[in-house]
Amino acid sequence: MIEAKNISVSYDDRAVLDTISFALERGEIIALLGPNGAGKTTLIKALNGTIGLKKGEVLLGSLSAEQREIHAMSRREIAGLIAVVAQENETKFPVSVLEYVLAGRFVNGGAFGWESENDFETAKRALKDCDLNGYEERLMNNLSGGERQRVVLARAMATNARILLLDEPTANLDLAHQAMMFRLVRERCRGCESAAIVITHDLNLAAEFADKIILLKDGKIAAFGIPAEVLTAEKISDVFGVDVLLDENPASRKVRITAVY
Amino acid sequence: MKRLWKILLILTLVLAASIVAASMLGAERVSLLSMDESQRSILFDIRLPRILLGACVGASLALAGAGLQALLRNPLAEPYLLGVSNGAALGTMLAFVLFEGTEFARPLLALGGAGLATFAVYQMARSRAGMNVERLVLSGVIVTTFLSSIIVMLTTILDAARLRSFTFWLLGDLSQATLTGVYISLAGVLIAVVLLVSQARALNLMMIGERDAADFGVETSRVRLIVFGAASLVVAAAVAASGSVGYVGLIVPHLLRLAVGSDNRIVIPASALAGAAFVVLADTVARVAIAPRELPVGAITALIGAPLFIYLLRKN
Repeated sequence: MIEAKNISVSYDDRAVLDTISFALERGEIIALLGPNGAGKTTLIKALNGTIGLKKGEVLLGSLSAEQREIHAMSRREIAGLIAVVAQENETKFPVSVLEYVLAGRFVNGGAFGWESENDFETAKRALKDCDLNGYEERLMNNLSGGERQRVVLARAMATNARILLLDEPTANLDLAHQAMMFRLVRERCRGCESAAIVITHDLNLAAEFADKIILLKDGKIAAFGIPAEVLTAEKISDVFGVDVLLDENPASRKVRITAVY
Repeated sequence: MKRLWKILLILTLVLAASIVAASMLGAERVSLLSMDESQRSILFDIRLPRILLGACVGASLALAGAGLQALLRNPLAEPYLLGVSNGAALGTMLAFVLFEGTEFARPLLALGGAGLATFAVYQMARSRAGMNVERLVLSGVIVTTFLSSIIVMLTTILDAARLRSFTFWLLGDLSQATLTGVYISLAGVLIAVVLLVSQARALNLMMIGERDAADFGVETSRVRLIVFGAASLVVAAAVAASGSVGYVGLIVPHLLRLAVGSDNRIVIPASALAGAAFVVLADTVARVAIAPRELPVGAITALIGAPLFIYLLRKN
């Protein structure tokens, strides 16, 4: 659905991403792991075309159309295919939760842009899915960090986009809502042939929910593959500089990582 | 959508009532039902052009304020504080000096000045980390004072008689209103309303965050160009006609957002109507407060606006 081919990105003269190549396939969840400053957020921006590439190309395709280079597409076309959950920034204006989520329906609207009944229904369903029933008229600035994060997720869920790019969606969430978040993404990827890339710092959540894992270090891919192959003590110690113990989660039979301090 | 029409209807009635009240009040009281010849002349030749110009200027400044605030994600953005008004003032002044202030040279050079000032402030205020309130206000102050110093230097060229009327004009003055001025301003307002309303939903996204807006399908550079263009256009037309009437673009959108929420599809057209009514009323106060002498309308708006600005700055 989305394919990075040898992409490199530099800020000033500092290389942030260095010849990254991988592909996200239909139905897949890829977890993007790596230490601070490894280039994870930059990779997300490169994948939806909001920053320029120094080298390489990003190819984007839907079910019906053939793949196209992302910088040849309009923002509107890209937003029709990709929804982003970014780290939320505060607004100085009194914006309600419903207004915020309806922003996700922007590309579905006309030129002078008033939302249709369908837009409202979709937005309300997204709010319900994110456990935000009754929040419609609350103001964004009056919510807690975790509630805001769920609203940002709901906005992405309210789009029709088939590719989700999530930048630390669980950062402020409690345990139950972390699980809710991954379950939602999982369902969406299974149900309507979507796919997702998720940045997280929680190796166990990644092991639990991701189909594949990318380990990013200093702008390069240190490892890419299924969790059992990528999450080895050697690779984790190499990328994060931390020793870990690995065993099996007794409930899910997936790999379980414990840091040794 | 239905809510929009309701709000616009109410504001239209408020504007109409303000215009009627302003027509009747002044150094000479005019009863609209029974007028003699001289009163008729006062109303149609002097007072009405001035009221209509005041309405256009108010609509212009409030529109520019509402648009710039959403675009720059900053409730303190205002054409007067950002130096846009002073850019237009310098352009108008050059037109005075170079072309004897012909009715069309003024708005054109004002537009050039407003556009350049907008561009300069924007370039100074943005950094790699984005744009914050302090940086924006500071850039506005720098550009404003820089342009003011050029204006002061230019005023030394003017002779004494023109100097007095010019000083008055700099503070924001509607007493030189002509019908041609009204037509030019009205054209500016109509163009800007269409441009800004067409971008209103995109501005709703920009207001949340520029990167967010791009993620969700807004062509941010195009929206920026249209909003800066529309704001420069109306501010130029307003300043060329009436000087720098300050704070209208700050007060009106702020009060509207308190009353109707932040949706720009409502705030922008409502700002035009409310801004028009606000300046018509402020100018009426300017005319009657110390009648038969007059105050510049800019003094009245600044008297209301400056304390509100301090309040907003502290709240942020």
